[in-house]
Amino acid sequence: MSGPLVLGIESSCDETSVGIVRGTELLANEVASSVELHARFGGVVPEVASRAHLEAMVPTLERALTTADIDLGEVDAIAVTAGPGLMGSLVVGLSAAKALASVLKVPLYGLNHLVGHVAVDILEHGPLPSPVLALLVSGGHTQLLLVRDITSDITEVGTTIDDAAGEAYDKVARLLGLAYPGGPVIDKAAQQGDPKAIAFPRGLTARHDMVKHRFDYSFSGLKTAVARFVERAERDGEPINVPDIAASFQEAVADVLTRKAVDACQEFDIEQMVLGGGVAANSRLRTLMAERCEQAGVQLRRPRPALCTDNGAMIAVLGSQVIEAGRAPSSLQISADSGMPVTQVLA
Amino acid sequence: MSSQSGWVLAIDTASGISIGLAHNGRPVDSRSETSSRKHVEELMPMTDELLNAHDLVARDLSLIGVGIGPGPFTGLRIGIVTARTLGLVAGVAVRGFSSLDAIALAWLTDETRPDGDFVVTADARRKELYWATYNASGARITGPTVSDPSELPELPTGGPGVEVYPEVFAGRVVPGAPRHLDAALAAAMIDRLTDTGLEPAYLRKPDAKVPRTRKSALASNTKLRIAYRQEAR
Ligand SMILES: [Zn+2]
Repeated sequence: MSGPLVLGIESSCDETSVGIVRGTELLANEVASSVELHARFGGVVPEVASRAHLEAMVPTLERALTTADIDLGEVDAIAVTAGPGLMGSLVVGLSAAKALASVLKVPLYGLNHLVGHVAVDILEHGPLPSPVLALLVSGGHTQLLLVRDITSDITEVGTTIDDAAGEAYDKVARLLGLAYPGGPVIDKAAQQGDPKAIAFPRGLTARHDMVKHRFDYSFSGLKTAVARFVERAERDGEPINVPDIAASFQEAVADVLTRKAVDACQEFDIEQMVLGGGVAANSRLRTLMAERCEQAGVQLRRPRPALCTDNGAMIAVLGSQVIEAGRAPSSLQISADSGMPVTQVLA
Repeated sequence: MSSQSGWVLAIDTASGISIGLAHNGRPVDSRSETSSRKHVEELMPMTDELLNAHDLVARDLSLIGVGIGPGPFTGLRIGIVTARTLGLVAGVAVRGFSSLDAIALAWLTDETRPDGDFVVTADARRKELYWATYNASGARITGPTVSDPSELPELPTGGPGVEVYPEVFAGRVVPGAPRHLDAALAAAMIDRLTDTGLEPAYLRKPDAKVPRTRKSALASNTKLRIAYRQEAR
């Protein structure tokens, strides 16, 4: 028994990707990123991303088929990100998926991108335990999810009330005159800095915030604090120590992300946690989360960085799970849903 | 000129959805949806239905033609990626044509055909029109371009753009001139339509500004500003 052969397409933001899995075995995961096209704008420009998706879609599909070395006729189902994400980007992948499903006469599964980020770890570490807590952190999302069944039972425990964690990295990188995207450059600058040099605020950790927002995140105050710190230093004619600021900022982000995630595990009596999203590749977050999970007796699952960022394999493997759970496929008339709620696995 | 033999499917999503079938150079059947907001939902089911109605599958086609606009970008991309994916999976060649050219050529087959130069125009939103000019034999002379409606030459005018600014085109509109693309006719005449390649006729750059100044007082920090400019380049 090897499970269904599923081709998954992802185009919700700035990566065009096609992944192919057989059950829980990864056969191909081709990604074309338009990140460089957005660098000079300091963030993803939707129209630029959409144009890049159209250019990359068919070549990426061809590459994935070559890598997986399968015949299209063997494919059992097409899985595709139906949302959430940028509308103009989503529809490119969804249209390609519909054409594939239609010609191949196989079922189409329109799936939730966020749930894909959780499901991808199955490719690396096998079936997900139930329940499992997922922390998704990237330029687009910061979410704590309680997952009882990856195909049908997902609850959002917490989310950011303002910026996504990755967005805060991008903004602080800009403040410090560093490149876009901010995650890797701040991580690198922080290696030479002192994480305790500056006590930046931890968003939504004050006692009164913990009532309503115990598991929610906020990064906009932190970003403002970094801006104020830099302004004051300039006004006072003090040198600006970029590594110290980067390390202290990164420490504040990692501290609050890990603290609330571990707290949620204890609150809901969950023994396993999975990380996902582009920021899950951040070195400090990975280390600190491993330490705190160990102290709390929580087992941590971290997919390799290439599977943490947006990719088609995560959609393909979620598709294979949904098929094995016997869920009905999507209609060929489904629309993309830029605001698809995380509680909805399948469109 | 010989026509493309076999079955040809033409897809155009430059305004609404138009899909048409031709066989050995003769128009056979078409489907259309005037709403410009149903592309992602309806294009593939409508295409399936049209093929099914003639007992065809995509592999039976000898060519897929796709309109590359100009038109609203999201709709264009849906048409083009659908055509390209169908072509890849079914092993059928795909070629692009200008949506304005297809309307121009259709006009010349009609008894209302202009006997001199003429214009075909489509709505570009934002108070502008897409347009191109053609001579009496259907060759494109200028365009496609995008501009204020007042910049269009005073020539007989057809295409969906004339309905958007009736006051501008009073006196230039020929009764019976085509207002919409006929995809079955486009499929029938595919070999007379210039092969445009498969990139959408965007004609406009993406709306995006390179950030010049930062909100913080750091903008006064010359050294960092230079570093930032270098990054931004
Ligand atoms: Zn993502």
